[in-house]
Amino acid sequence: MTANAVRPADRAAATRATTVFVPGDAGALSLGAEAVCLAIGAQAARRGLDVRLVRNGSRGAYWLEPLVEVVSGQGRIAYGPVSAADVPGLFDAGWLEGGAHALRVGDVETLPWFASQQRLTFERVGRIDPLSVADYVAHGGYQGLRRALALSPQSVVEAVTRSGLRGRGGAAFPTGIKWQTVLDQQASQKYVTCNADEGDSGTFSDRMLMEGDPFSLIEGMTIAAVATGATRGYIYLRAEYPHAHRILTGAIAGARAARYLGADVMGSGKRFDLEVRLGAGAYICGEETSMLESLEGRRGEVRVRPPLPAVKGLFGCPTIVNNVITLSTVPAILRHGADVYAGYGMGKSRGTLPIQLAGNIKRGGLVERAFGLTLRELLYEYGGGSASGRPIRAVQIGGPLGAYVPAAQFDTLVDYEALAGIGAMLGHGGIVAFDDSVDMARMARYAMEFCALESCGKCTPCRIGSTRGVELVERILAGEDPQRHVAKLEELCEVMVQGSLCGLGGMAPFPVQSALRHFREDFLART
Amino acid sequence: MQMLSSTQSETVGRILTEFKDRPGPLLEVLHAIQAALGHVPPGAVGLVADALNLSRADVHGVITFYHHFRTTPPGKHTVQVCRAESCQAVGGEALAQHARVRLGIDFHERTADGKFSLDPVYCLGNCACSPAVMIDGQLHGRVSPQRLDALLAEADTEEHRR
Repeated sequence: MTANAVRPADRAAATRATTVFVPGDAGALSLGAEAVCLAIGAQAARRGLDVRLVRNGSRGAYWLEPLVEVVSGQGRIAYGPVSAADVPGLFDAGWLEGGAHALRVGDVETLPWFASQQRLTFERVGRIDPLSVADYVAHGGYQGLRRALALSPQSVVEAVTRSGLRGRGGAAFPTGIKWQTVLDQQASQKYVTCNADEGDSGTFSDRMLMEGDPFSLIEGMTIAAVATGATRGYIYLRAEYPHAHRILTGAIAGARAARYLGADVMGSGKRFDLEVRLGAGAYICGEETSMLESLEGRRGEVRVRPPLPAVKGLFGCPTIVNNVITLSTVPAILRHGADVYAGYGMGKSRGTLPIQLAGNIKRGGLVERAFGLTLRELLYEYGGGSASGRPIRAVQIGGPLGAYVPAAQFDTLVDYEALAGIGAMLGHGGIVAFDDSVDMARMARYAMEFCALESCGKCTPCRIGSTRGVELVERILAGEDPQRHVAKLEELCEVMVQGSLCGLGGMAPFPVQSALRHFREDFLART
Repeated sequence: MQMLSSTQSETVGRILTEFKDRPGPLLEVLHAIQAALGHVPPGAVGLVADALNLSRADVHGVITFYHHFRTTPPGKHTVQVCRAESCQAVGGEALAQHARVRLGIDFHERTADGKFSLDPVYCLGNCACSPAVMIDGQLHGRVSPQRLDALLAEADTEEHRR
């Protein structure tokens, strides 16, 4: 991924070299990882030391990024957060042998933060070179596809159904049932599409996965194709993710060269190929029918359902639409077995969820755990509380359409049904923390503003309702007859929820309603 | 409507030849035009519509639907400040305000010297390192107002070096 990254093909020449992992993940780069990588290369050259730099994904411990891992005689030893200025000192401390230094973290996998996680979907992220097919295969990659090719399409779909996997994009629809519908269609052309339009604030697991282990997504899509008879795939990637775009494009070319994609997938005689298509900054295109419109080159306006995309989707053909995490989890299900996957979790939420901690949080990052832990555990044990040191007053779960949950409800379990039970939703698993300086009426205004900005305009409750919503909250913020305007705002929310065509207008009121329910004082006590 | 320069129409023509036979090519075409010319000039609409057998209204409708496409040239440096919830939770609004004051322009505008354009963005996927800013495609995390000043100064200096 950079000029000084050494590919495994060069491994023979690099056998005596010390392998050093410097994340190429966008989040790590945003904190200076590129400069660190260049500094390591320069210092190693100056000292005549043989170093093999690998640009891995992020482990998800963003408070430690840039987190550099050295494969030393003592094992894989991490140092972080490393700045370019720290690099000479780290060499002086003998870090290539795992030497002591103030930034020495030790083996990441023995940190309680990491060791207590259950990484199935993210098993390889941060551990491997994301662009190396060989590295992917050496870490269990393509075993799932191999198994799928040995099974009948129906058996593959049944395995996915039995695993209990539900759509991780937010809607939580059972993946196997969707696949069954596509399998049952008689059509000369079927498609597998991946929704990588991860637009919810507070979410970044799709990005991390695509940057850290893109082959798992490619393999998952290939399994979906094998299971349903699709021959073409598209990854609809948001334009805000240029790093993921570069890595995906490179990985697809690598998979093609190694015959994991193309006219004869793994020698099976089955054809499947895929390409990345870029979105263009429209949040609504994360809605599946809008995404299909956009893939066809049109305005991303939602379609009326039925027909479902599984029956009549992309270019009118039966189409699987699944999120990045959903598809990337499928190889692990095929590899380890559906029952093993279903053995994780609780109730109707089976398996694990890559949860993202964001906003005002001390240790933000990615935590993959089986469903069933509490919000409190996440926010305080993994997250370490707020970054500001003030009490966490509220969290927003599931993106801009998700409800605000007050501190009094932090013992709620992370599980689709448990959160629905308190009027919240898990969505794509992003949790944004706010400390006690947050003004919830302003957050309510933002929710309406965002809906107004992103509404596709097709239905009135969303297009007009959101603008009226902004105006109402403006009046409340100005202290103008708040009782009356709060009542009107509640009525408007109800109209939008009941009358909108899709989830944007239908759910944008959720943060507003939850703010009114739990933080009413922020609306009524304005001066 | 302003006409395209001959090099611009040549570029648009080349892009259309490359993409027009792909399935659902319009967004791909617009991305390619913007990547090559910095924006999608209104003068390109007719050419695109003709080549793809669409109406000009179809093409215009798509350009205006998506926030990413711009119909006027951007500044030499594009500055995107995230305005979504995670960034708001750690001072994103103050940072956005600082960016406006520092550049002396509002969002969606370009500085008079043509050096910078300022755009809002709704999530860069860097929410564990909020507030986030993207400058010329480079992502930056935990950006304080001081850090933003330094990044803008850095972009400006690179300009002089070039």
